[in-house]
Amino acid sequence: MASLTHDRHSWADPLRDSRIFIVRSTRHSLRSIDAMVTSIALPVVILLLFVYVFGGALSPSGGYVDYVVPGIVLLCAGFGSSTTAIKVNEDMTNGVIDRFRSMPITGTAVLTGHVVASVVRNLASTVVVLGVAFLVGFRPHGDVLAWLAAAGVLTLYMAAISWLAASFGLVARSAEGAGAFSFFIMFLPYLSSAFVPTDTMPVVLRGVADHQPVTPIIETLRGLMMGTPVGNDWIVALAWCLGGILLGWSGAAALFSRRTAR
Amino acid sequence: MPYTLDVEGLRKSYGDHLVLEDLDLQVGPGEIFALLGPNGAGKTTAVRILSTLIRPDSGTAVVAGHEIGTAPAAVRAAISLTGQYAAVDEVLTGWENLVMIGQLRRLATRRARHRATELLDQFGLVDAADRRVSTYSGGMRRRLDLAMSLVVRPTVLFLDEPTTGLDPRSRRDMWSAVGTLASSGVTVLLTTQYLEEADVLADRIAVLDRGRKVAEGTAAELKAQVGSETVELFFDDAAAPATAARVLEEVGRLVLADTDSAATDLVVRVAGDGSAEDVRRLLDLLAAEQVPAARLSLHRPSLDEVFLTLTAHPADAPAPADDRPLERTF
Repeated sequence: MASLTHDRHSWADPLRDSRIFIVRSTRHSLRSIDAMVTSIALPVVILLLFVYVFGGALSPSGGYVDYVVPGIVLLCAGFGSSTTAIKVNEDMTNGVIDRFRSMPITGTAVLTGHVVASVVRNLASTVVVLGVAFLVGFRPHGDVLAWLAAAGVLTLYMAAISWLAASFGLVARSAEGAGAFSFFIMFLPYLSSAFVPTDTMPVVLRGVADHQPVTPIIETLRGLMMGTPVGNDWIVALAWCLGGILLGWSGAAALFSRRTAR
Repeated sequence: MPYTLDVEGLRKSYGDHLVLEDLDLQVGPGEIFALLGPNGAGKTTAVRILSTLIRPDSGTAVVAGHEIGTAPAAVRAAISLTGQYAAVDEVLTGWENLVMIGQLRRLATRRARHRATELLDQFGLVDAADRRVSTYSGGMRRRLDLAMSLVVRPTVLFLDEPTTGLDPRSRRDMWSAVGTLASSGVTVLLTTQYLEEADVLADRIAVLDRGRKVAEGTAAELKAQVGSETVELFFDDAAAPATAARVLEEVGRLVLADTDSAATDLVVRVAGDGSAEDVRRLLDLLAAEQVPAARLSLHRPSLDEVFLTLTAHPADAPAPADDRPLERTF
C-alpha cells in the first residue's frame, strides 16, 4: 500500500469540509429528479389553484395574482427547504454517517452541505415558479435593488427553514417522521397574510397570524417585489430569519454530535 | 512496546441492559485481533466506543496513543471504520465516494483522484467505477467500503462484521483483502460471528458473550482450552447420551456443547488429551454405569465447539429478549 500523508489541520478545514459536502449534497439533489419535480410542480399547482380557482372569489376585480405570488414563492421556499429534514434523516439512518463521524472532520459540515444544496435547489425552483407567475399575469413594480433585497430575505428564510429542518431530521426516528416537518411548514403560510389580508380573519386567529414569523416575511417580500412601502416589517422578518438560522444551526450542531445512528 | 489498542474496564449499558461489562483488550501494532461472538454480545458496541461514535459509561481506551475520551479528534485521525452496514454513499458512484473521502482526508484533489483510481483497481471495481453504488452487489459494496477505509492508510482499522451477509465467494475475496492489510502493518480490530473467519484472519481472538469477555488467545490456545483432542462417543440407545453426559460431568469431565443439534442425538463429545489411557478410562466408566459407548472417534476440537462450550448458557439464565440466536452458516 502506498504510504500516504497524514491529516494536516488548519483554520480553513471547516470551510473545506463544507465545500466537499456541498458538492456531495448537490449531486444528491441533481440525482433525485422526482424530489426536484415535486418541489417545483407543487408550488406551480398551488399558484394556478389560487389564481384561477380562488382568485375570482377572493378578488372579483382581478389583480389577485399580484397579491398572492409573494406568498406562493414563500410557500414554495418553505416546502422545498423542509425536505432537508428527510435528506438529513436518511443520512443518519444509513451507515455512511458513521464513517463521517469517525473521521477527523467538522461534523456539522455534512449538514452545511445539505443546507447549502437545499438553498441552491430552492432558489432554482423559485425562479421557475416566478416564471410561471409572469405567464399567468404577475406584474411586479419593484426595482432591481428591491428584488435583490427580496432574494436576500428569501435566501435567509430558506436557510432558516433548512437548518431547522436539519435539526428535525436529526431528531426524527425515520424518514417518514422527518417528512412531517414539510407539512408543518406548508401549513404556516395559510395562517398568515400569504393568501388573504389578516384583517379579514377572526380576532384570535388574526392575533396568531400577525405575530407568526411568516407574515412579516411575506409583507417584506410583497413590499419589495411590488415596490410598495415595507415599513418595519423587514426588521421583524430579518430577526425571525436570523433567529431561525441560529436556533436551527446550534440545535443541529448539538444533536449531530449526540445522536448515535443505529 | 506500547499497545496500539489499550482498553481497560470498558463498560456500557443502555438503561438496565448491560451491553459491555468491563472489557479489557491489548492489541499490539500490526496485529489482527478478532472480537468473536453472537449477535448481542457487545462487539459492535465495543467498536463504536473505540471509534469515538459513542461514549463508554466508564473505563479507558487508548487508540494509537490517544485517549478516546480526551482526544477523540486525534483518535479519528488515526483510524478508519468499516461499519456493519456498508458505510458508502449509495447515490454517488464508487469513484466519487473514494475521491470524496480522499478530499476529506486532506489529500489534494489530484492526489485524491489518483488514489481513487488505484484503489478501484486494487479492489476489482474498475468496471463499476462510474456506476452509482446503489447498483452494486453486496460484495462490491463491502469492497468499496474497505477501499474507502484505506484511502489514507490508518494506524488502526476497525472492521465491524465485514462479511456478514456475503456469499462464500465474496467472503473469500474480503478475507484476502484483509489478509494483505496485515502485511502492510495496519492494526486491525475485526468483529465477526463466524468462527472460521476469526480462525483464518486473526492473530488473536477474544470471545465475547453478553457483554463479557469469556476467553482470549490464539485460535490454537482457545482450542486447547477444551482439551487437545475431542472424544466423540456414539451410542446405540437413545436414552444413553443424556445419562452418559451426566455421569461424565459428575467425575469432572468437560462435556462439549452440541455443535450440530440435528445429528447429535446419539453423540456425546468430551474433552480429552488423546491418549489411549484417557480413552480407556472413559470407556470403562461408561461401561460401569451401564451406558457403554458403541463407537468412538477422536478429532481436533473445532473453534465451533470451543465457542459454543465457552458461551453455553446455563438453562436457568435465559438469554435477554434482544439476543437473537447465533447464526451459524457453515
